[in-house]
Amino acid sequence: MRLTDSIADLGRDALGLVAGLGKAGLLLWGALVQIPRPRKGTPLLVKQIYVVGVQSMVIILVSGLFIGMVLALQGYTILVDFGTEQSLGPLVALSLLRELGPVVTALLFAGRAGSALTAELGLMKSTEQLSSLEMMAIDPLRQVIAPRFWAGFFSMPLLALMFTAVGIYGGYLVGVEWKGIDDGAFWSILQAAVEWRQDIVNCLIKSFVFSWVVTWIALYRGYQLVPNPEGISRATTQTVVQSSLAVLALDFLLTALMFGK
Amino acid sequence: MLTRKIEFLVGVFLLAGLAAFLVLVYKVANVEVQTSSDTYTLTAEFSNVGGLKVRSPVKVGGVVVGRVSGIALDPKKMEPVVTLTMDKRYNKFPETSSLSVLTSGLLGEQFLGLTPGFVDDDVATLKDGDRIYDTHSALVLEDLIGQFLYSAGSKDKK
Repeated sequence: MRLTDSIADLGRDALGLVAGLGKAGLLLWGALVQIPRPRKGTPLLVKQIYVVGVQSMVIILVSGLFIGMVLALQGYTILVDFGTEQSLGPLVALSLLRELGPVVTALLFAGRAGSALTAELGLMKSTEQLSSLEMMAIDPLRQVIAPRFWAGFFSMPLLALMFTAVGIYGGYLVGVEWKGIDDGAFWSILQAAVEWRQDIVNCLIKSFVFSWVVTWIALYRGYQLVPNPEGISRATTQTVVQSSLAVLALDFLLTALMFGK
Repeated sequence: MLTRKIEFLVGVFLLAGLAAFLVLVYKVANVEVQTSSDTYTLTAEFSNVGGLKVRSPVKVGGVVVGRVSGIALDPKKMEPVVTLTMDKRYNKFPETSSLSVLTSGLLGEQFLGLTPGFVDDDVATLKDGDRIYDTHSALVLEDLIGQFLYSAGSKDKK
């Protein structure tokens, strides 16, 4: 009896997962696949880019600077033993471009903007604002979900680019200004190592994949939550946990596809 | 007035993102805007290219004059054929020039060193599509050690 119970539980979880994916897909489909209305849509989008992107800038820039500085300092203490401290530039730039830029930005974005999106949608749902919109014949998917999705989708890659650029500057500050690596050698070795296709395009691809996933999870969790205080707090936690796990797993997959050959 | 401020900040955000992108492209990746018209192509046969890679530089006395654009195996001769994309500004190399696979530093990347040959009245310059026949292959450390051990061993027997 216990064995059949646990098999039944497994089946229920699997069905729930598939149903969840289907609902999330329908949510995104309903929000995105429609005729664009630039006149009404643009102000909503601008407002959401402000909330999602501009307000995340400070945390992204500060963390980028510090992560670049820490990376340079740790790299320097090891590289200096081999007399190759001039390779600090590629170390910092490549680790930021290939991994840390997109991944850390996505994690911070999930914590800063994703949780806020979920909580906002949850409060809208619990105060029945979404139902009111429907009663006034306004599609909440179009009015509420779509601008938030596009804002998140386009803001996060921009944030990742800023994170990476500021991080490389942080590495420069520690390596050149503090530890006294030659300025010209730092940049020339860095420029020789970083490639447009291999590093920057892949950084952008990763950022767009992560921003898609994080924003999608945040919106789905907010739209589907149980509208009471406990439900909102649970959905917010789920947003952060699930998008972080999804980002880390996808990062491994993408890295294996891009650099595994 | 509030929406105006928000719009301004969003504009600043987009500009900051664009600036970061441009910094990464031009300062970090150092993308050179290069059209195909100002380059010409040469090929060369080696017996061993070692660790040479596509995009490895071709240098004359340390100055980069081109890049490796392709490495393939000649299916008949079973020898690697390297395609070089050379800068049009340097198009006066004589046919007698030679290429060798060199290493920058002890552990550095490998690159192609081009040594210009002698110039004579009946020696033409290298043109698009020409092949360089005078090539020196990469030094393979294992072969070198093998030869050294072999010669040291044969010395002991005498």
